[in-house]
Amino acid sequence: MSQEYNMRRVTAIRNGTVIDHVPAGHAMRVLEMLGIDQTSSVPVSMVMNVPSKKMGTKDIIKVEDRELNQDELNRLALVAPDAHVAIIRAYSVAEKMTIDLGEEVKNVVRCTFSNCITTNPREPLPHRLKVLSTEPLELRCHYCGRPQDLEALVRNLI
Amino acid sequence: MPGLITMDDLTNDEILQVLDDAERLLPVARGEVYLPLLQGKILGNLFFEPSTRTRMSFETAMKRLGGDVVNLGDVKTSSVVKGETLFDTVQMVDGYTDIIAMRHPRQGAAQYAQDAARVPILNGGDGAGHHPTQTMLDLFTIRQAHGRLDGLNVVLAGDLRYGRTVHSLSHALTRFGCTLTFASPELLKMPAEIVSDLKAHGANVVETDDLLGSLPVADVVYMTRIQKERFADEDEYAKVAGAYKLHASNLEDVKEGMIIMHPLPRVDEIHPSVDATRHARYFEQAFNGVVARMALLCRLLNVDVPANVGGEA
Repeated sequence: MSQEYNMRRVTAIRNGTVIDHVPAGHAMRVLEMLGIDQTSSVPVSMVMNVPSKKMGTKDIIKVEDRELNQDELNRLALVAPDAHVAIIRAYSVAEKMTIDLGEEVKNVVRCTFSNCITTNPREPLPHRLKVLSTEPLELRCHYCGRPQDLEALVRNLI
Repeated sequence: MPGLITMDDLTNDEILQVLDDAERLLPVARGEVYLPLLQGKILGNLFFEPSTRTRMSFETAMKRLGGDVVNLGDVKTSSVVKGETLFDTVQMVDGYTDIIAMRHPRQGAAQYAQDAARVPILNGGDGAGHHPTQTMLDLFTIRQAHGRLDGLNVVLAGDLRYGRTVHSLSHALTRFGCTLTFASPELLKMPAEIVSDLKAHGANVVETDDLLGSLPVADVVYMTRIQKERFADEDEYAKVAGAYKLHASNLEDVKEGMIIMHPLPRVDEIHPSVDATRHARYFEQAFNGVVARMALLCRLLNVDVPANVGGEA
């Protein structure tokens, strides 16, 4: 089954954002990270577990009438580091965006170490994870210095 | 103003400068010379968990240098028990003091406090994290005995998993090119991420469960306490802990200049028979906590230690 076939499982969108190469089963999580749910007014389509040459299977998300900004995209790196993101205008790809976590992930997720000072929800300073490497993804808490458990990290989204 | 949160906050040259300052301050720490370098300065002691040596030695260091100390007091009777955040506590003490020494049960608390404060924070232990002022006094003790820090054979023994003193010390010794032997029971091994970090920094590390076999090549043996509560039952503890005890009779084949250190309190991992040997250094080590902290207080408060303090170093 071709890439084209996958993309046409859901209708092409006129304007908005397409997020491709999301690890299979993670589309809902990606939407959650982007703060897109039933309260958002934008139409969202997605396909899950479709075949992919590169990944075996993958998910694809199409968000209509909304162009995600770089900050929103960078959050994706935590669950979908290899995602391809395209901004669509008038049915054509107007811009391809790459995910760039930068040197620090601020106030996106909480440290996964159970004894870190930041586990007290009333402490007001921002949650800060330093990016040591992106391939493979390696993060350390700015405060406690612990390496982050990536599996557990997605459960710690703010 | 930057404080001392981990040993990474000091370069090797800065470490040596602090040790030199500490050396010169010995007569002041012994009370032979009065040198009020920190007169008018106030240290805030924020100890959120019990501490005897660290808290007292900070207090002594400050007072020997003519400064003053305010204490958080017992956490159970302070505003912390009412649910005050660390951020708020630090904001308050920041306004009262010129520098803060802090111990906290949660890891990362010292960095957190530093981000919240204007005054420098001295990390006196954060959970199983770092304890850099202990490391400085350990390095001072090692250099005092051997005249140098580089290229020594150091055996760290006992509870290497939970002991924050051995974590900070291992990193520092690696930076000075020491060979490290980690002697511990399987359950209390040095955490794998620390070993791999050390190796990535070029450390020469040997891991073993044989403390006594490691003694003959050692220049320094750093003992730590194995806590009963780490084990599922008392029999298991007794079986394991026995292999990590030193008695004077174990020291026949060791190097003449080898020193035995311990962050204290000890329980029975160093038999009192060792105290009278030339190798025992743990009580000097505890005393050195005062000079090392005096030197650090001066450094972080930007006060130079004069080249000639008077008295005998």
